[in-house]
Amino acid sequence: MQKTTLDIQAIRKDFPILSRTVNGQPLVYLDNAATSQTPKQVLDAIVDYYSGYNANIHRGVHTLSQEATDKYEQARATIQHHFNAKFAHEVIFTAGTTHGINLVANGFSSLLKKGDEVIVSALEHHSNIVPWQMLCERTGAVLKVIPMNLNGELEMDAYYELLSNKTKLVFCNHVSNALGTVNPIKEIINAAHKVGAAVLIDGAQAAPHIKADVQELDVDFYVVSAHKMCGPTGAGMLYGKEEWLNKLPPYQGGGEMIAEVTFEKTTYADLPHKFEAGTPNICGGIAFGAALDYMNAIGFDAIAAYEHELLEYATAQLLTVDGLKIYGTAANKTSVISFNVGSIHPYDIGSILDKLGIAVRTGHHCAQPIMDFYGIPGTVRASFSFYNTMEEVDVLVAGVKRAVAMLQ
Amino acid sequence: MTIKEIQEEIVDEFSMFDDWMQRYEYMIDLGKSLPLIDEQYKTDDNIIKGCQSKVWVHADLEGDILSFTADSDAIITKGIIAILIRVYSGQHPKDILDADTNFIDEIGLKEHLSPTRANGLVSMIKQIKMYAIAYQTQIK
Ligand SMILES: Cc1ncc(COP(=O)(O)O)c(C=O)c1O
Repeated sequence: MQKTTLDIQAIRKDFPILSRTVNGQPLVYLDNAATSQTPKQVLDAIVDYYSGYNANIHRGVHTLSQEATDKYEQARATIQHHFNAKFAHEVIFTAGTTHGINLVANGFSSLLKKGDEVIVSALEHHSNIVPWQMLCERTGAVLKVIPMNLNGELEMDAYYELLSNKTKLVFCNHVSNALGTVNPIKEIINAAHKVGAAVLIDGAQAAPHIKADVQELDVDFYVVSAHKMCGPTGAGMLYGKEEWLNKLPPYQGGGEMIAEVTFEKTTYADLPHKFEAGTPNICGGIAFGAALDYMNAIGFDAIAAYEHELLEYATAQLLTVDGLKIYGTAANKTSVISFNVGSIHPYDIGSILDKLGIAVRTGHHCAQPIMDFYGIPGTVRASFSFYNTMEEVDVLVAGVKRAVAMLQ
Repeated sequence: MTIKEIQEEIVDEFSMFDDWMQRYEYMIDLGKSLPLIDEQYKTDDNIIKGCQSKVWVHADLEGDILSFTADSDAIITKGIIAILIRVYSGQHPKDILDADTNFIDEIGLKEHLSPTRANGLVSMIKQIKMYAIAYQTQIK
């Protein structure tokens, strides 16, 4: 029986989209790892912004501009406190995880030289692979990979062997999007620091479930996307330690990021503005803050506990399907289940589930190296959020059984 | 039969089905029953990589008739391939170029021909048209 003290039905009422139908069936939204749905508290923040105080920030003397600037900076403070950053200026607003990673990878172009080594994990999203490959091409640095085992866990012994005084950077996700594995990032960070390497943690999949404390982790960079945690698309955070952000050169040039401009020389603005060229996604930043307020009001401990219940129930129920195999069986994982049934193609199962109103992700989940490791074209991935119910798990399992019956 | 006639015939067949379940079951049967391509043509040159499923297409010209064989690793995709082959294969390149795929809407499978599905089918149709263009110039 359900143990949570959360009132899931009340929570569901906050999300207008959850009451719609798809193909004539009630929507069962289980693609939360791709993007989460948006509660009315966040929608209200978006409407309030555009209907109440839409103005450009940091540069107007007029009242609206001041109000917008205050709200935007309040959102930065909300994000700072949520992730426990030491300073507000260590929080850089970005367009999302991909943007944050590219910003850091670009900055390291001037800090790496030929023969330096950077380490990536085998569990990464393409977003946390390609920018570093491009960095290596630019600098002549060498990319090394921490291998994974069949459970979808990183081989930490191999990681220790890869580390050396040549290692300059380590990047790894906190939680794998394809498998849900929670990686031992504290251990990864400590070991990297011992050889003097900086660490970037891709928190895109962790942030909706786990409240990361960047000071306790002692992480150098932590990146997230708002849209995976009840916020809007096109907004996100790059946390960077002050000393690192001061070392990195600016990413994009433009307005907002300058102190003084003459044709001879431009001096850059202080943090965080040095990395925030141009008019930012003001509304997105404010709504990101509202999303964190919303989730914190529910409470991350309660969210994690309930999602764990969903994970356990769904895992047990899905395993009653003949021939179903779960990929990613790490001891520590978030509410993500990647699976295949026999030799049935994930696309076929996903297409039939869609007809039943059930939204799952199918394919390689932008993590082709993981699929190659398992020798499969992809998986069906169901990812649960705190607004999903045990009944929805039942609908999923019944849907999978029906799809399998049709396809076998 | 002309392409138009075949398309009408398919629309007719599908009109017998009451709901999506029956349509899908039919497609799955089509996907299962047909050997759609000779193994030797399932090469990397003939592959179209969708993000979701893979599709292989091979073209043959005999006289002024262009024939296609194709395959996919996903069964629903393969079912749709069977329908597309029935429409496009064994026709003159010019007729292939003139044909449209509106009949797919009518048989309720439109979502599979959406580019966002990334199942390789949209690229497959493009590829079929490319072959038709290439062979049309050969015939002249
Ligand atoms: C682990 C991980 N990293 C990075 C990304 C990319 O995030 P975005 O597309 O929001 O930049 C995702 C999104 O799927 C992800 O799951």
